[in-house]
Amino acid sequence: MPSISRAEVAHLARLARLAVTEEELDLFAGQLDQIVAAVAQVGQVADQDIPPTSHAVPLTNVFRRDQVRPGLTQRQALASAPAAEDGRFRVPRILGEEA
Amino acid sequence: MSELTRLTAAEIAVKVQAREVSAVEVAQAHLDRIAAVDHAVHAFLHVDTERALAAAKAVDDDVAAGRPAASPLAGVPLALKDVLAMQGAPTTCGSKVLENWQPPYDATVTQRLLRAGVVVLGKTNMDEFAMGSSTENSAFGPTRNPWDLDRIPGGSGGGSSAALAAFEAPLAIGTDTGGSIRQPGSVTGTVGVKPTYGTVSRYGLVAFSSSLDQAGPCARAVLDAALLHEVIAGYDPLDSTSIDAPVPPVVAAVREGATGDLKGVRVGVVTEFAGDGYEPGVTAAFTAAIEQLRDLGAEIVEVSCPSFDLALPAYYLIAPSEASSNLARFDAMRYGLRIGDDGTHSAEEVMSLTRAAGFGAEVKRRIMLGTYALSAGYYDAYYGSAQKVRTLIMRDFDAAFAKVDVLVSPTTPTTAFKIGERTADPMAMYRADLCTIPSNLAGNAALSVPCGLSDGLPVGLQIMSPALQDHRGYRVAAAYEAARDAAQGGPLIHRVPELEVSR
Repeated sequence: MPSISRAEVAHLARLARLAVTEEELDLFAGQLDQIVAAVAQVGQVADQDIPPTSHAVPLTNVFRRDQVRPGLTQRQALASAPAAEDGRFRVPRILGEEA
Repeated sequence: MSELTRLTAAEIAVKVQAREVSAVEVAQAHLDRIAAVDHAVHAFLHVDTERALAAAKAVDDDVAAGRPAASPLAGVPLALKDVLAMQGAPTTCGSKVLENWQPPYDATVTQRLLRAGVVVLGKTNMDEFAMGSSTENSAFGPTRNPWDLDRIPGGSGGGSSAALAAFEAPLAIGTDTGGSIRQPGSVTGTVGVKPTYGTVSRYGLVAFSSSLDQAGPCARAVLDAALLHEVIAGYDPLDSTSIDAPVPPVVAAVREGATGDLKGVRVGVVTEFAGDGYEPGVTAAFTAAIEQLRDLGAEIVEVSCPSFDLALPAYYLIAPSEASSNLARFDAMRYGLRIGDDGTHSAEEVMSLTRAAGFGAEVKRRIMLGTYALSAGYYDAYYGSAQKVRTLIMRDFDAAFAKVDVLVSPTTPTTAFKIGERTADPMAMYRADLCTIPSNLAGNAALSVPCGLSDGLPVGLQIMSPALQDHRGYRVAAAYEAARDAAQGGPLIHRVPELEVSR
């Protein structure tokens, strides 16, 4: 079984957009390693020919009626925004310094 | 303590309609109780005093005008888990990311409660984003178990279970992804029901693991849970996984069960859920409950569900995988916390800083675990295998329910553990969900009903039913509850120690 290194935790944190401290890297590497070792038991069915289940209720293609219904107003949508400007969400710049 | 807070929900509703007591008096008695004991219990994150009293007044006005009751629970107070959206109050999910966030719409469950004349007292504490088994993962501090304030009230719905056991509310709503209704019910001596997946709308329920999340009723008595079940359940086009089928007749099943006859009912004891790791006191209470069911006429057989041993590992791959995707929405752009927006950081940096500051350790662990399980190279070994295990568990249930009407097990292997005891050991915490997880993976109905005490702490009996056969479990639970109360001289919950009251 692969063990989870500090470098791997740093990579996962980057993928998940989580800034982590040096102490967290140590803590999470140890804990994730322990958890992954425990959950890896499911691997014993990996080679068996069993159809996967993604959902308890086998529903496909649920459509709603093509009807206009009221949604949020602009004011409601912006009411909880961390920052708004001119009736829009204001967001930080998208490109980094080096871009 | 006002006698009004000792009543069942069914009793309160009848008294309100008969004008023996006003809904406002009932609501005020519970608000007073919250004011007196919640400093010690910390079940509530938000108490909605004015709107609760206004809702109660509206019920009293209906009664005075001779209008028919909006539902069999009109005028009954309820504690709502803080994972369900309700306009005009914060919905935090126990997270700093959503601190003070006010949803611009009501969850379908909330809407059904309000329309039914149920009086929502406030929002209850929970593990952050419903991830946990102790409510210690709340960003706003733990909730304490009214049976012993040094112990956990279960999780993630520990606020809801503690509110019931502290007589702060006769009804509560929980959500159950891996046991978050049933395990808190077990350790607080209250009733907790996870309905069949898809029968209670998830619209407005902040998503943790969408294929597993299910809202359900919590109460101190089986009948109350059934009455609440019928208020909140039903098809909802706003939830695309909602099942378009009639609500199972759970109230009628409780009335049938309460007659105390279980002749012809076949009860299967899951053999995998016993032995090492199960506290002797839990096993003893469970065994006594089985004997009680036998005395009521039920036929008891042992049933093996071999794949249940793989349920816990499969769950801790599937739930974190779905969570890592669901929680990507907390990106600091349109709502919620934003950190580092000072002109020097890019949007991506702001996202990372916000999520680092806003999420607690357990949420971060699960996001990273899910990200790992879904990574190229590991997908087949982990997530793919977990999905196969899910199929095997459903097959085990199908085979079992071909032989028996319901399955039973302890709800959780231990009684309430001490606050702090498992926080440093995630796997030990995860094992609290050992017996509850299979029903989330398979989507069938399951409930927990109190079945005695071990060293003064409650033990829960789990009763599992096939999908859309929720009424079977209710019937057995109601029969058991009536026999238990008769044998023990009154409801188990009335043996909870008196809390110190502050004035």
